[in-house]
Amino acid sequence: MNRAGENIKNERIEIRLLLEAVNLKYGYDFRNYSFAHVKRRLEKRLNLSGMDNFSQMQHRLIYDASFFNLILFDLSINVTEMFRDPWVYKKIRGTVIPVLKTYPYIKVWHAGCSTGQEVYSMAILLEEEGMKKRAQLYATDFNELILSRAKDGIYPMDVMRKYINNYQKSGGKKDFSDYYAADYSHAIIKRGLRDKILFSSHNLVTDGVFGEMNLILCRNVLIYFDKALQNRVLKLFHDSLCPGGFLCLGTKESIKFSELSDAFELVCDQEKIYRKRR
Amino acid sequence: MAVSKQSYDAIVIGVSAGGLVALTEILPKFDKDMTLPVMIVQHQHHDSDDFLVRYFDHLCRHSVREVEDKMPVESGTIYFAPANYHLLVEPDKTLSLSTEARVNYSRPSIDVLFESAADAYTDRLVGIILTGANSDGTHGAARIKKLGGLIIVQDPETAEAQAMPMSVIKHVQVDHILPLNTIGDFINRLNQEGYSF
Ligand SMILES: C[S@@+](CC[C@H](N)C(=O)[O-])C[C@H]1O[C@@H](n2cnc3c(N)ncnc32)[C@H](O)[C@@H]1O
Repeated sequence: MNRAGENIKNERIEIRLLLEAVNLKYGYDFRNYSFAHVKRRLEKRLNLSGMDNFSQMQHRLIYDASFFNLILFDLSINVTEMFRDPWVYKKIRGTVIPVLKTYPYIKVWHAGCSTGQEVYSMAILLEEEGMKKRAQLYATDFNELILSRAKDGIYPMDVMRKYINNYQKSGGKKDFSDYYAADYSHAIIKRGLRDKILFSSHNLVTDGVFGEMNLILCRNVLIYFDKALQNRVLKLFHDSLCPGGFLCLGTKESIKFSELSDAFELVCDQEKIYRKRR
Repeated sequence: MAVSKQSYDAIVIGVSAGGLVALTEILPKFDKDMTLPVMIVQHQHHDSDDFLVRYFDHLCRHSVREVEDKMPVESGTIYFAPANYHLLVEPDKTLSLSTEARVNYSRPSIDVLFESAADAYTDRLVGIILTGANSDGTHGAARIKKLGGLIIVQDPETAEAQAMPMSVIKHVQVDHILPLNTIGDFINRLNQEGYSF
């Protein structure tokens, strides 16, 4: 192996040690995140910081909590939308909701809810299907700052225009503007949509089961985990679902390459909707 | 006189405006012994469906797939990054996706694929930059070169949009500048015989 190849290996060791330090000092465990992704993000921070290498970064973050906070944001991608991939919501309406309607009461968990757009979309959907009264929604994320933005439910007007478009494509039945109050620059999600949502901090790597869910949505979170961690988290979802409960992943995520592939049946391939085997 | 011979484990391709024509000139030419896996970032609109994948799967001898997260890289297969996701190669040669911000105004970005693939394959990687009207891929090509891989650029004279190949030629010490219609055969030979320095 050439010199450059040797350096790549050395860098991997430095990054492993840095993640170890993050875990020991701050209790956030990124050791089983997708390595290529972690390296990209840390490299970006390294270039911005003017430091020479990951070992220097490791030293700095142990002694400087504010520096760690930057890294926490570097490592968590929060990109989200209301009614992201509208056809998925359409499928949920058509395929999952009719089954959920047979239950007297349902529980829905959004794991990795980011700034809240996904759970508010689901609240709208449930309201339109006449199910909100007998539903409890849980929205969790491991990033407390992001979670507080989710609770606020305030979004810039220019992104709302994209959301309106998504809403209509998702089979929305009403006037989207009924769901928020707006001034010239921002929209705030109406109170009525929030009262069934419980926001709380939950780390998928280290925290445990959420009981007896009828539907779990965890979209565009598993892509940041390596296979071992994906297996662990899929097991956690399996344990948190009631028999016959639904799991909805991101459209480019799959349980095909995991150990849990036989524990779920495939409901919709494009939309990545699965159902726990009874 | 050749002093050393190098063989390769994978190919990455970056292409933007004019890509459909360019890839149609290359991918179907791969002969059936061309077993190197090929990972491709083709810039496209963020709502695009999997048209490209279906089109090339129909046209090519090799199986063509849109990447799903954590797919293992298999020989004799051509992979496309899905619209609106970055594609990365992990050190264990599985494929990861990410929705982090656009890089060079692009998601998927060629730099993201090339840099991660360079880390994973070091000197056993071939990078190919084709037609495009921006400069995504230049950093990635530089990293592939730095780690000892091979860089091939489409001759800008034969490219629908010249900026992307020009940018790589300007900033990276490329190994070959080839007219579009010779790239497919060049890869077939490279796969058979390796590369002599
Ligand atoms: C790209 S967002 C996905 C948002 C939404 N589900 C969607 O698809 O639009 C990923 C979220 O996962 C969260 N996340 C990452 N690692 C996590 C962990 N270990 N536990 C809980 N949440 C995590 C991040 O903070 C981020 O908000």
